[in-house]
Amino acid sequence: MESVSEIEKAAERMAEEAGLNEDERFHVSMAVREAAVNAVLHGNQYDPGRKITVVFENTGKALVFTIADQGNGFVPEEVPDPLSPENLLRGTGRGIFLIRQLMDEVHFRQLNPGTELRLVKHLAPDKKT
Amino acid sequence: MALTIASREVDGVTVLDLSGRITLGEGSVQLRDAIRDLISKGQKKILLNLGEVNYIDSSGLGELVSAYTTAKNQGASLKLLKLTKKVHDLLQLTKLYTVFDISDDEASAIASFR
Repeated sequence: MESVSEIEKAAERMAEEAGLNEDERFHVSMAVREAAVNAVLHGNQYDPGRKITVVFENTGKALVFTIADQGNGFVPEEVPDPLSPENLLRGTGRGIFLIRQLMDEVHFRQLNPGTELRLVKHLAPDKKT
Repeated sequence: MALTIASREVDGVTVLDLSGRITLGEGSVQLRDAIRDLISKGQKKILLNLGEVNYIDSSGLGELVSAYTTAKNQGASLKLLKLTKKVHDLLQLTKLYTVFDISDDEASAIASFR
């Protein structure tokens, strides 16, 4: 989990340097943290022999965070909707939902083995839909 | 900053003043233990003051839900006090705002347990 904190702090710094406001910085750092937690916990299942790879990029138009694990992969469409009444009181299962809500674009790619998440936050203020 | 929890009694209500982060590895377990401890001692009225909680993640949100359901299942009542903007926004996003009884004013929150 120490690596997750480092990743979160680095994302926060990058968001600050890109001039994002406080809310946007929180959204970015939280989404990246959630993705990193998923990679360590659900992807690599705490196996120290498996690594996570993190790449941050400021393209000038967007901040792009790529987080990859070496786990068994998963199907994002099969993640239960945490807003449905039967899931609302569950103690887990909100991470992917929050990532999707907090970032402008979220792309999943299966690596065989592993999963790669690419999180994008547009820098232009009117891009958010 | 990790989570710190201070406990006090007001008119039969246990108020837990939380400060710091409620995240996986930094507060979730502390919060769970604090709630279980209160429930096991028979406390039926619990108010979580989140006014100084500056960061929460999905694990922390899950812990709040678990605290709520644990209390409810044991015949206790757990309410929330003083959400920061970050916590408020996340509870809205996740529809958990509809689950919890939330107040901005401590006196009103305490009175609501009567």
